[in-house]
Amino acid sequence: MELDGRVPSGPIQDKWDKHRMDGLKLINPANKRKYKAIVVGTGLAGASAAASLGELGYNVEAFCYQESPRRAHSIGAQGGINAAKNYQNDGDSIYRLFYDTIKGGDFRAREANVYRLAQLSTAIIDLCVAQGIPFTREYGGLLANRSFGGAQVSRTFYCRGQTGQQLLLGAYQSMMAQVQTGRVTIRGRREMVDLVLVDGEAKGVIMRNLRTGELESYAADAVILASGGYSTVFNLSTNAVGSNVGAAMRAYRKGAYFANPCYTQIHPTCIPFSGRHQSKLTLMSESLRNDGRVWVPRKKGDTRHPSQIPEQERDYYLERKYPSFGNLSPRDISSRAAKEVCDEGRGVGETGYAVYLDFEDAFNRLGSEIMDERYGNLFEIYHQITGEDVHQEMRMRIYPAPHYTMGGLWVDYNLQSNIPGLFVLGEANFSDHGANRLGASALMQGLADGYFIIPYTIGNYFARTNPGQVDTDRDEFAQCRDEVARRNKELLAIQGNKTAHELRIELGDVMWDHVGMSRSRESLRKALQEIGRVREEFWNNLQVPGSDDSLNQELEQAWRLAESLDFAEVMAHDALNREESCGCHFRVEYQTEDGEALRDDQNYAYVSAWEHSGVGREPTMHKEPLEFEEVSPSTRSYK
Amino acid sequence: MEFRLRVWRQAGPDAPGGFEEYLARDVKEDMSILEVLDQVNQDLVQQGRDPIVFESDCREGICGVCGLVIDGVPHGEPKKTTTCELRMRHFRDGQTITIEPFRAGALPIIKDLMVDRTALDQLIQSGGYVSTRVGSSPEANTIPVAKQDQEEAMDAAECIGCGACVAACPNGSAMLFVGAKVSHLAKLPQGRPEAAKRVTAMTERMQELGFGNCSNHYECQAVCPKDIDVKFIARMNREFIKGLFKKKN
Repeated sequence: MELDGRVPSGPIQDKWDKHRMDGLKLINPANKRKYKAIVVGTGLAGASAAASLGELGYNVEAFCYQESPRRAHSIGAQGGINAAKNYQNDGDSIYRLFYDTIKGGDFRAREANVYRLAQLSTAIIDLCVAQGIPFTREYGGLLANRSFGGAQVSRTFYCRGQTGQQLLLGAYQSMMAQVQTGRVTIRGRREMVDLVLVDGEAKGVIMRNLRTGELESYAADAVILASGGYSTVFNLSTNAVGSNVGAAMRAYRKGAYFANPCYTQIHPTCIPFSGRHQSKLTLMSESLRNDGRVWVPRKKGDTRHPSQIPEQERDYYLERKYPSFGNLSPRDISSRAAKEVCDEGRGVGETGYAVYLDFEDAFNRLGSEIMDERYGNLFEIYHQITGEDVHQEMRMRIYPAPHYTMGGLWVDYNLQSNIPGLFVLGEANFSDHGANRLGASALMQGLADGYFIIPYTIGNYFARTNPGQVDTDRDEFAQCRDEVARRNKELLAIQGNKTAHELRIELGDVMWDHVGMSRSRESLRKALQEIGRVREEFWNNLQVPGSDDSLNQELEQAWRLAESLDFAEVMAHDALNREESCGCHFRVEYQTEDGEALRDDQNYAYVSAWEHSGVGREPTMHKEPLEFEEVSPSTRSYK
Repeated sequence: MEFRLRVWRQAGPDAPGGFEEYLARDVKEDMSILEVLDQVNQDLVQQGRDPIVFESDCREGICGVCGLVIDGVPHGEPKKTTTCELRMRHFRDGQTITIEPFRAGALPIIKDLMVDRTALDQLIQSGGYVSTRVGSSPEANTIPVAKQDQEEAMDAAECIGCGACVAACPNGSAMLFVGAKVSHLAKLPQGRPEAAKRVTAMTERMQELGFGNCSNHYECQAVCPKDIDVKFIARMNREFIKGLFKKKN
């Protein structure tokens, strides 16, 4: 079946305006209070959606698995947020941000969505400043910008190295202001364990109260998922340890399509892996590449201290291979280049899987004070983790790590999934980044979805429904609760010998080795077998102590892993189907002579959206063809 | 390395609690203390025993969820570190390490090392924001902000809301937490119109929620993983007094 993204007609720059006028119905202010939306997840997308819907007068019930909505993992974003303000007078424009994003995504995103994102980018900055977000400023008191990968203009706004934290707290505070008015209710320590459909439309959720173990039912007129991505399928990633794909997978089981699950961004600048005990990988903001130079020794197995390796024996491979973008090449290209030099045996550090990010030039040019102002907190994090002081060493060791997932539940132009009444925002949807996301664009998308898109599009859905039609006494809720309870009992009854933690590591290894930075037909077939093996082991040899009617963190882990295992399979199927290389999806069979990704626009210029067809059965693929009216897909070149 | 861990176990909010000892073997010096607890928990689960309940999420010092009291100090030594960032290289091999939850009247224990910090959300709810409308923001560069003011606002805004300040304070006060939010917003022109209302509302709420008052011990700054300065408490007091005059008028 061909999917329709329901993109409005007309010139690209007028689509959103025209759509708001002609395509989207409004709800009378007096009627808004009769409607209720459920928001799952309180990161940038979820919190901003809850805040703006509350402000409009809708009732909102917002859920998060964390104790408080302010803990959502958007808080970890460091570098910044893009906006086409052109404050630097360096040639930026809405069109350029649109073009950079489409090109950065390797021509695998929907044009109209990306254009709208670029249009909304400037309003986000205005709003955030009004909220009191302390963006870094210049001495004249106006906003400062920095450069980011994949762009030749400087359009990234930032709050030191904690931009995600500040933007999230801004959205959280706005949401708390709505809690004070009574229109938004927050329910923390709740995990979404099922989506409830009534007559084929999303009308509620089942939540497991993580504190008491109780299964709770909540009904509403629509459900918004803003539950983040799926990087933790690799076990170690830059995500929080609790981040998981569970909520999206519950929707998938209920019929929502999962789009482009093979696209995972492996971030080029993370602190390298050090041992089995490790529970996560820590990101070092890409902004470091503004002033850092990436290199490895020219010789294989060169174990000299980096300061002893003379300039001519260093290979600044990004500057060498991509002279015009150099150290600011996009993330997918930089990550793959790092893997390549390490696979050649030229990697550094204990494991040989690391490269240097060198600041010697920058310290000499700018001095310690300016460097600390820009990167002080990152140097601190690095010091805490590795015990090394960048001020003395002049460089870091870095290596790529799973970071962000471009794929997600399929949505149309209104951010509505194929299930009516189910909207998906932020990283949880697939809509704007194609096969690769540019740095500082995730925060932009999360906030655009939550503040500026969903308030309009959800109204259009409400306009054709009567409010308050569904309550939790209905059979549909009882059925879902029973099914969840049965599954929990099943997990507890296995009483085997392996912990969820051990099995999570096993799955992560399979995914990293076979569905990681580069994939092949062979590795993907192997992955499908191995995922099956781990799942078999999971359902036969898992050990979960305790009960399901109380706080049980092991049961939470096991539940999330069960979802991850099912998701991993969808991901591998998608990667196997896509017989081309594009953005973060690199199939070794499809590369140019000099090892760059070889796209196949003839056969693969589409979004692949997967439909669940029963447990243990291969999912069915639907296609949404990508039509490029504005830009013509070209071979990405950052040389 | 090898450590003896004395860990606070408590079945529920009203259950009596006590210390239990665990041996942590094969510890590497670049492990975090939470990774040591992970390892101990793996052994407990494999033995079919109840694992130690503790909270963590981002494990990179920014989400603020992981606070534990390590050898009597919230987040442990050294300074400016969250629990999740505390590496074992800071301990002596063979040492006994005591691990407890944050303790304060307003942050009750849920189980073992997990506490309820929703009181901090209620403080923000009472006024820790700028009332804006999504559609009514002026162009971002309309109001210039002096760089030093923005930097100071950012110093305060860096608070991660972990509650260590409350746990360290002999009075269980949340003055540093509230002071940081009040100062962040009061320092910026966008936050000025509501400054008096904000500080009054947040102070009242703080008292209702059972937080104590500040009597200048400064333990809060000493344990703050973000080194939030106690000068923000002074600023909060100043804003509060200014607010009293406004109220009278």
